[in-house]
Amino acid sequence: MKIRDLPDDDLFTAGHTACPGCGVAMSIRNAIRILGKDTAVYVPSSCAAVFGTSFPYGAWKVPFFHTAFENTGACLTGMQAAFEMKGKRVTAVGFAGDGGTYDIGLQSMSGAAERNDDVIYICLDNEAYMNTGIQRSGGTPFGAWTTTTPVGKRIQGNRSFKKNLGDIVIAHEIPYYATLSIGHPLDFIKKVEKAKDIKGFRFLHMFTPCIPGWKMDPAKTVEVTRLAVESGMWTLYEVENGEKRITYKPGKMKRVKDYLIIQGRFRHMNEDDIKKLQMWVCRKWNLHYKEKGTPEICEIELPEEHHAVTEEHREMHGP
Amino acid sequence: MKKVITGDHAVAIGAKLCRVEVVPAYPITPQTLIIEHISDFVYDGELDARFLTMESEHSVMSAAAAAEAAGARVFTATSSQGLAFMHEMLYATAPLRLPVVMVNASRTLGGPPGIWCEYNDSMGARDSGWLQVYVEDNQEALDMVIQSYRIAEDKRVLLPVMPCIDGFVLTHTVEPVEVPEQRDVDSFLPAYDPDIVLDPARPAMIGTFMPAEYIMEMRRQTVEAFESAKKVIKEITALFARSFGRDYGGLIDTYHMEDAEIALVTMGTVTSTARQVVDELRQEGKKAGLVKLRFFRPFPSEELREVLSGIKAVGVADRSISYHDGGPAFNEIRSSLYGMNIPVIDHLAGIGGRDVTEGQIRKMFEITQRAAEGEKVKIINWHNTRGETV
Repeated sequence: MKIRDLPDDDLFTAGHTACPGCGVAMSIRNAIRILGKDTAVYVPSSCAAVFGTSFPYGAWKVPFFHTAFENTGACLTGMQAAFEMKGKRVTAVGFAGDGGTYDIGLQSMSGAAERNDDVIYICLDNEAYMNTGIQRSGGTPFGAWTTTTPVGKRIQGNRSFKKNLGDIVIAHEIPYYATLSIGHPLDFIKKVEKAKDIKGFRFLHMFTPCIPGWKMDPAKTVEVTRLAVESGMWTLYEVENGEKRITYKPGKMKRVKDYLIIQGRFRHMNEDDIKKLQMWVCRKWNLHYKEKGTPEICEIELPEEHHAVTEEHREMHGP
Repeated sequence: MKKVITGDHAVAIGAKLCRVEVVPAYPITPQTLIIEHISDFVYDGELDARFLTMESEHSVMSAAAAAEAAGARVFTATSSQGLAFMHEMLYATAPLRLPVVMVNASRTLGGPPGIWCEYNDSMGARDSGWLQVYVEDNQEALDMVIQSYRIAEDKRVLLPVMPCIDGFVLTHTVEPVEVPEQRDVDSFLPAYDPDIVLDPARPAMIGTFMPAEYIMEMRRQTVEAFESAKKVIKEITALFARSFGRDYGGLIDTYHMEDAEIALVTMGTVTSTARQVVDELRQEGKKAGLVKLRFFRPFPSEELREVLSGIKAVGVADRSISYHDGGPAFNEIRSSLYGMNIPVIDHLAGIGGRDVTEGQIRKMFEITQRAAEGEKVKIINWHNTRGETV
């Protein structure tokens, strides 16, 4: 399927109440265009559950179901079992956020993955609990400001690194896992199409910028996803039956700073923290592309740990 | 055909006879035998259903809600901590009008841990929108699974039903049970045919975000469905009696209430022991009667007012505690009888699975009798308990 072949009659229609430039809304709209009308969706508690359906309005033209936050995997399992019993050829597709997948919904996702239930699980990763007002999740990157990792006098931003969800999902030995970005539409279409035709548990991990949560210009959603990929903060690949394939490799590694600078959530970061994040990205780049990142970016000294929390820890527990 | 089986086995056979289509399951004592028997039926090809081994009770009720929304007849079973763990999802199934049937094997809840019979697990779910029925023996357990689907799926009701069966006292105890013929159950229970399901041919949105402008009407509709359920339960009880020859009385059942002067209200298996005591008291010339509280939701307020009108005092045997003024059954009954000027006495017994003996039930009647004679007795009585007891 090429971009021009995508159907114009949207199954997730205009009139929803997402913010301008919302990466989640764009990802849903395009994914469901490719998946087609014989789809039933489950959306757990998230922005998408609110901006797509607020009674008596609704943006979905495919069956929609919502109950709670932590149960996307289980609801997909139940829906699919019923469709199978009723002899209906309907694909059960879940659209869960990073909080609903990395954190509270991890167990339910793992259950459906381990049973290899014949469903498509889509994680819309905007790297924090945006619906409740930008709180840190397991998907929040190092350094990022959120309302629960504020820029304080002693501690600034998120102190831990983004959880490696991909490897956790892949460890379930599922038939298909892929990472996607709406800044890379051809790659996006190919992966959704591929997932549609595979049987078993399929996981599509979508990188979805959030305008208020990332404190960024709503016109730059696509640009920010491209910078994420060019810098190595997000990587595009797929794992089909255990075989990993990189679907897009940046020509030249960009500095993580180039990605951080256009987002207000990273604006407070000092040089040491940027260095730490750059080292993390370089390690990831190395593991992922099986080659070292650009020397002038990656051959740097890791700053000495001097964080206030650690200082306090030393005072309490000795050197 | 008569079979000597456990309560759990009877429940599983009941589900099989109802041709349930999706069974999400998670093990917990003393419910486990139910899902083991159902997995046997599915693996042996005796039941055409999808048996889903979920990773938690929360996921069980999630999958149950989703499968029901997608148009399948769903069965599951749980107990105690499991029911507590899926508590959030109970509140999704009921207002979304998804008529799941789930048997709860009644068991004590929380700390300190225990596994024996008590109603504190299901009492915590009494305001979740589920109908609840407490059964007395294995026969009633099987029969109520069948009736529950007929009640739940009735278009005037469309609410989930939770038959509660006493942990171990029934779940693990064998009794002779008359197993209905499949063809008789098929003619009693039509196939599940919901009006609104998740179907791409007619897309519906179930569980949309609901602003304040609309939610109160939805709550009232659920209350109205509870009211309709009272009528439907009576109809289905009568229809079941005509079809299978066993009449359970409806929302409540009574024993020797026609000329009774004092009465005891019981639930579950304690009822059988209490019947024995009533027989003995009657032989002694005492006008004692018994009310078996079958449905706790909808709560049979009108029926209780009717059957207890003219009675001199009522005792309530409570197998759970609400930490405020006695047990839940006592509180509900006292509210129902408000203004009738009948002393209502609470008898807490059997909590945590302690045996409720004939001697204790005699004591309950004795205290209730003293109240009937105008004596100022204690309103809340702990039976067979260390420390201050009756």
